Amino acid sequence: MNAPLTSPLAGGFADPARDAAHAFRAVLDAMARPGRIHAVSGGAAPGLSAAAATVLLTLTDATTALHLAGALDNDALRRWIAFHTGAPLAAAADAGFALGRWPDLQPVTRFRIGEPAFPDRSATLIVEVERLEPDGPRLTGPGIRDTARLSLPETAAFRANRALFPLGFDIILTCGDRLAALPRSTIVEDC
Amino acid sequence: MSAPRTPSRAMPPQDRAARPGNRPDRKGTAVSDYNFAYLDEQTKRMIRRALLKALAVPGYQVPFASREMPMPYGWGTGGVQVTAACLTPGDRLKVIDQGADDTTNAVSIRRFFQRTAGVAVTERTADATVIQTRHRIPEQPLTEAQILVYQVPIPEPLRFLEPRETETRKMHELEEYGLMHVKLYEDIARHGEIATSYAYPVKVEGRYVMDPSPIPKFDNPKLADNPAIQLFGAGRESRIYAVPPYSQVVSLDFEDHPFVASKADHDCDLCGASESYLDEVITDDRGSRMFVCSDTDFCNARQAAGHRGRLSAQEVA
Repeated sequence: MNAPLTSPLAGGFADPARDAAHAFRAVLDAMARPGRIHAVSGGAAPGLSAAAATVLLTLTDATTALHLAGALDNDALRRWIAFHTGAPLAAAADAGFALGRWPDLQPVTRFRIGEPAFPDRSATLIVEVERLEPDGPRLTGPGIRDTARLSLPETAAFRANRALFPLGFDIILTCGDRLAALPRSTIVEDC
Repeated sequence: MSAPRTPSRAMPPQDRAARPGNRPDRKGTAVSDYNFAYLDEQTKRMIRRALLKALAVPGYQVPFASREMPMPYGWGTGGVQVTAACLTPGDRLKVIDQGADDTTNAVSIRRFFQRTAGVAVTERTADATVIQTRHRIPEQPLTEAQILVYQVPIPEPLRFLEPRETETRKMHELEEYGLMHVKLYEDIARHGEIATSYAYPVKVEGRYVMDPSPIPKFDNPKLADNPAIQLFGAGRESRIYAVPPYSQVVSLDFEDHPFVASKADHDCDLCGASESYLDEVITDDRGSRMFVCSDTDFCNARQAAGHRGRLSAQEVA
């Protein structure tokens, strides 16, 4: 996807405070308006989309356990994460963030959905997708005026996740330099 | 008692002026001695993670590790931390205190971000991208390009009914909100109507009962279906919560005592507006009073457009 990075020291934010501020506003708006696609920039990690690398730099640090799924659990990416974020790697059930392609993240029921008294103690999945377009399954719920559409990898898992509300995991979809989000509150329907 | 002389006071004036962070012009000049928007990056990441979870579970209060800010608790430290985590260099910030742009709290917070983030500021609602507010929602409808950050003193709507955090947490968990309805009912039994006039409880997306911060209940209808992102920060109580755009927000009421968004039954004495929320101002010690828009930008814009109220003639002279 990206040109191979020669050193794990490369690929961080050039201006951490301002780059992270711009990236976070995109993520915030994406999470507030499910289905809306935003472009972000600043991060570059081996084997990751620019958007996923930017989200890692923006949200993860030494206080957030991170799970790497499937092929992304490789040495080059581990070293990049260790240098740039310091996030401790963890098993799926212990992770606050998880990163992987959708098939590699299965079964997603492994991830934390929060506790009834603390629904915020749930995982955020950063899902690398091949395609991210405003078409496909129909989204309704908080943050969406009428309906939105988003090319999701499937719908059954998201319907099951919505049924757990206010528990559930939240999702950030990344593709190239673009991202969208699907919080647990969104109702997903095939159409 | 003689106070010890601090080193900065002992310094000759020209050295004081040369010291970073101690520049002679303290009015709204950006200073580079702080990280962008004051907070360190790890703190901002922590707040940002809490904000995302708050948006994912509308109305639920997310605990966060609130920091000491260079202003006292009760002066909007929660809102300031949320604003700091959201600001980008291109933002245009508006800060209001009870609707006014020109009160001490609003001026000092606005200047704080001018200096520590170097962002542009405005008093015009329509021009702002981020609006930090204490106890009002602007009269002018907000847009999708805006974020409204509320300063919240007591985020827990059940707190005055049940002082124990362990219990109120359980009540939210079980969606057990009967006590709140009892409180509203007691209002009716005592006063003949629901006398709660500010911080009027709402239910968000049919799940969590939420304190909308001490906005007048006149503003409650604006919480619902709002195109802007609404974020709430309570510094002393270490809680962040959110209402995503276009969310369902319902003020609690009864079928036979429906919610009424009330205001003083007058027109603004300066701009003549009949639909805006009014402040009552005592003008002498013989009972004279006037009613003026609490939203100063709204009132000024109307006056600039030629609207006049009952008492504006003497102002012109």
